[in-house]
Amino acid sequence: MGEENKVILLGNWSSPFVKRVELALKTKGIPFEYVEEDLSNKSALLLKYNPVHKKVPVLVHNGKPVCESLVILEFIDETWQNGPHLLPKDPYERAKVRFWVAYIHQLLESMAKLYTPDKEAREKALKEVHEKLRVLEDGMKENFPGGSPDVRAKKLEILDIMMIATVGSFKTHEEVLGVQILDPERNPLTFSWVQALNELPVVKESNPPYEKLIALLQSLKESGMKFYN
Amino acid sequence: MEENQGVKLLGFWVSPYVLRVKWALKLKGIEYEYIEEDVFNKSPLLLKLNPVKGQVPVLVHDGKPIPESIVILEYIDEVWKHSPLLPQDPYERANSRFWAKFAAEKLQAYAWEALCSRGEDHERAIKASMEALEKMEKELNGKKFFGGDKIGFVDLVAGFISYQLPVYEEIVSMKILDSSKFPAITNWINNFLNHPLIKEELPPKHKMLAYFSNRRNVILVQNSSNK
Repeated sequence: MGEENKVILLGNWSSPFVKRVELALKTKGIPFEYVEEDLSNKSALLLKYNPVHKKVPVLVHNGKPVCESLVILEFIDETWQNGPHLLPKDPYERAKVRFWVAYIHQLLESMAKLYTPDKEAREKALKEVHEKLRVLEDGMKENFPGGSPDVRAKKLEILDIMMIATVGSFKTHEEVLGVQILDPERNPLTFSWVQALNELPVVKESNPPYEKLIALLQSLKESGMKFYN
Repeated sequence: MEENQGVKLLGFWVSPYVLRVKWALKLKGIEYEYIEEDVFNKSPLLLKLNPVKGQVPVLVHDGKPIPESIVILEYIDEVWKHSPLLPQDPYERANSRFWAKFAAEKLQAYAWEALCSRGEDHERAIKASMEALEKMEKELNGKKFFGGDKIGFVDLVAGFISYQLPVYEEIVSMKILDSSKFPAITNWINNFLNHPLIKEELPPKHKMLAYFSNRRNVILVQNSSNK
């Protein structure tokens, strides 16, 4: 790899925020070096590149760090202009997409609250998640006027990436928590969209190993530890 | 230059989110029609233009509604390319977005918490606010504005620090904006508030004091009844 365009991704196998960046890099065909971080024992490199938050993902491009997954996605789209675009070109379309990107990000925050030890807070969080999925279902109808999303032919765009990284592993949460999150009857569009995305080779190879993730989520549930610290 | 075709802004007089957008429009010299909303009694127009969140600000350009203040700022910068708010270089843009996010999601939240809490929560929020401010102090690093010589994206998003934070401090008799600890920020506040376009567009202080005192009381009562 030439030094002029050296890309390093500091990440963690279980992080949905890292997943977003990984999928973006792969979709754009950008070669990168992946560095797995142990979040319970953060490396000097991570602390140097993200002194403010000390979190993954961090994208290091030609020695310069970019932090915060959504900031990184915009950076990737602006820096690598050849090839598929993550965001649309038209400013109004971009604004609409950014709105939904932020919304899906908030959905993830609600999903994280499902792991709180307090029973009442968990039930409240589940209601929140269902409500957000309902709104998302309505909002996405405009994106897929034909009805069912056919993602096989196209390259991943930012909303596809956000969906997979956030809701893609919904079955693991359902199994660990014993609740239903995504209902094919209440959220038919979202459900079929996620299913279609999960079939793509780039998604399959990026998904964390099912049993490994289950084990991690199980221990999170039991310890009541903060999700994705 | 883009032709100015009907720009409207739905807002609420005291909202810092709305103010960011007003400042941006002013900096770019974009004419617009302002529509004041009562966020405690939302109009059918607001609910129609922002069905998902029902919040201000909503920018309406050529009949197309755009909600969310930071999304609006990005839109304004993309459509009206003169007097750019964000730098040109992707790395510098990422840095601006990072600090705007930091100010909006961390500092703003901690400051609000400091206003609307008591006891240990209150002390913790003050500490968190100051730690966040320390980080922003370092980022400012002697520059006149976060944007350099001119007001930029980060200045607009972080602008609430200059006029709103002192109001919070007064209401609960706390000190966050310590000028000895944050000389660069103190300087920045001065530069920002004295900027001709900014100083014309600030909510009246006495009104803010009354409004936020009231909000604080309401939230304190709500929180104590929820426990």
